[in-house]
Amino acid sequence: MSFLDKHKILERNATLLLAGSLVVVSIGGIVEIAPLFYLENTIEKVEGMRPYSPLELAGRNIYVREGCYVCHSQMIRPFRDEVERYGHYSLAAESMYDHPFQWGSKRTGPDLARVGGRYSNEWHVQHLIEPRSVVPESIMPGYSFLARATLDMDDPAAHLDANVRVGVPYTNAMIENARADLLAQADPDADWSGLEERYPKAVLGDFDGDPERLTEMDALVAYLQMLGTLVDFSTFEPQENYR
Amino acid sequence: MNENITLTGLGVAACVVLFLSGIAADAAFQSHMLVIFFVLALAFLVMLRRVDFAPAGTAVAKPAQGYLDGPIRYGAIATMGWAIVGLLAGVVAASQLAWPDLNIEPWFNFGRVRPLHTSAVVFAFGGNALIATSFYVVQRTCRARRWGGDLAWFVFWGYQLFIVMAASGYLLGITAGKEYAEPEWYVDLFLTVVWLCYLAVFLGTILNRKEPHIYVANWFYLAFIVTIAMLHVVNGLSMPVSFVGSKSYSAFAGVQDALTQWWYGHNAVGFFLTAGFLGMMYYFIPKQAGRPVYSYRLSIIHFWALIFLYIWAGPHHLHYTALPDWAQTLGMVFSIMLWMPSWGGMINGLMTLSGAWDKLRTDPILRMQVIAVAFYGMSTFEGPMMSLKAVNGLSHYTDWTIGQVHSGALGGVGMISFGAIYFLVPKLWNRERLYSLRLVNWHFWLATLGIVVYAAVMWVSGIMQGLMWREYSAEGFLVYSFVESTAAMYPYYVMRTFGGLLYLVGALIMAFNIYMTIKGRVREEDAMGAPAIATPAE
Repeated sequence: MSFLDKHKILERNATLLLAGSLVVVSIGGIVEIAPLFYLENTIEKVEGMRPYSPLELAGRNIYVREGCYVCHSQMIRPFRDEVERYGHYSLAAESMYDHPFQWGSKRTGPDLARVGGRYSNEWHVQHLIEPRSVVPESIMPGYSFLARATLDMDDPAAHLDANVRVGVPYTNAMIENARADLLAQADPDADWSGLEERYPKAVLGDFDGDPERLTEMDALVAYLQMLGTLVDFSTFEPQENYR
Repeated sequence: MNENITLTGLGVAACVVLFLSGIAADAAFQSHMLVIFFVLALAFLVMLRRVDFAPAGTAVAKPAQGYLDGPIRYGAIATMGWAIVGLLAGVVAASQLAWPDLNIEPWFNFGRVRPLHTSAVVFAFGGNALIATSFYVVQRTCRARRWGGDLAWFVFWGYQLFIVMAASGYLLGITAGKEYAEPEWYVDLFLTVVWLCYLAVFLGTILNRKEPHIYVANWFYLAFIVTIAMLHVVNGLSMPVSFVGSKSYSAFAGVQDALTQWWYGHNAVGFFLTAGFLGMMYYFIPKQAGRPVYSYRLSIIHFWALIFLYIWAGPHHLHYTALPDWAQTLGMVFSIMLWMPSWGGMINGLMTLSGAWDKLRTDPILRMQVIAVAFYGMSTFEGPMMSLKAVNGLSHYTDWTIGQVHSGALGGVGMISFGAIYFLVPKLWNRERLYSLRLVNWHFWLATLGIVVYAAVMWVSGIMQGLMWREYSAEGFLVYSFVESTAAMYPYYVMRTFGGLLYLVGALIMAFNIYMTIKGRVREEDAMGAPAIATPAE
């Protein structure tokens, strides 16, 4: 067979074999991934989406750090049972500021894409400290150390800045006020006017039951309480966003 | 001379790391650098004790003879050691799902242990097996001494350091948050350097070959090394918050990040766990069976088809998500096409035994390799089936996926690696044979039983989970709350732990067998498969 005879050329030349393999393995990725950066339905903006406030971002980092994505998805599929159980199916735009994405691949626990506002702060704190005290059948690990750990985000502006460099549209005002916003969001006595303007719909007030301290628990609960709340689905037009 | 370079390198690296710990921007980075400092300092002390202080000029440089097998011996031991660590982490993680009180916060919570388990088995156990066997195979099949001299030692020790950095990072809470790509930016950068050195050693050896043809095993190893380099670099792109801090933000977001991650994630399976281990198969099965590879043409066709098609299959991890439909469909179609080249490898492996099937009766190592190919075949049928959108709608997010991965990983990857190590150890240490073939047989049965228990239990629990989530009553209400499905998993999680435990015990028996072989002991025992003949009374 002449075709297989030609293969002898590759078998005798390591450089050609290497180059050939590299070309062959590059094609699929280029064809599938590159269009996602310019196709309308993957880069569209949806009313209501905004970057995370500094406290939410800190909470999200704790969510990533503790590997919550290992057991919880943040991606509701357009099935009757999922929409009924978790809410409107997830849109691409809803994770457009997620570096990295946290869609997850396994539901050992329930989906969290729209958990924001479903439970009280007190419930979340109690559940994180001792999950089986509120859900007896739960197999979630306890996270009581979060309530004791002071939030360690020395330079919130640097975190916002790093996000700007990967494409998140934080404004100069947001970066300048990063530290003040971080402290104000969980402080019941703070003036929230600037914060509310910069981050509409941010959940404000003390989260962990201890207004004196800003803990990792404050940040994580602030993040959980805003998940899936930014887009208003009573005015959202699914036809326009058909995928 | 080389000792001086190593010592200086280790000393300087230890000082730099200690300095970085001092100026760290966050507490996690500080602790991580301290851990790495102690590892490097320990390595420095060990090396220092090994320095030969002979007067200058008297030392006679020994010209290297034959193949260079030092890092391969270390690699075989490292493979065994990491296998135990990774499997143990798996049993711990499985137990935590059955008995959540076994979570010890913060360092040993499931969310930190699970990445430790996956990385330890895939990258530490699998990676060491691949590096060690590839260095062995490439020298033999090229009839050339390994290129690059001591660079292979750097690859070996550098890779171990990468594993320690990644693993200690996970437990400290340093993670990039992308599955199977959890190491943070600085660990990623270090691995890139090590990996390019690995590529250089491997390619250099092929270029020095005395055989005109490059043997098929080396095609697979080469494709694996170069593709992993590409995947790792692209998926690892991220922006550190501070150059003396542990935190970074992925270069991509949302849907782009998701597809990049699963392009990486599925091909970590496709190239790390498949192409690399097919390379292993193409050398060690013909060797152990004493037969040539079944079909040369098939190997050509399935090699190119496999590496071309695998890359496209990533989107099947994102069915029904916000990823555009065309990409999902493309991923599904290519996943189904992938079935054929996967089975091409299986057929080539199994048919290599034609004329040697009788050896299965007497050779438990060959038995292990054959069952590895069989499990590989089963999971590469199950995978394409699960990539069908209709099936995936049920199986995604459930334990079914976990079961499929384990039948491929424990069955295919684990067994072929164990077979290769059993083959290699007597050769590398010049032993007549293994300490005990009977123990290999025990390992074989424990491991096989463990996999069967594991996979069967995960099918039941996964499908049950999927069905419970979507169950509607006649009145149109959801029948089960989420937590009822969690509670229903308990007996299966216990059985799954038991299956994993059987597999771990098998690996412990292997470690003992390998240890005794290296010590040069040979167990007195009846030959395998010998018919039991009643001894006549005297």
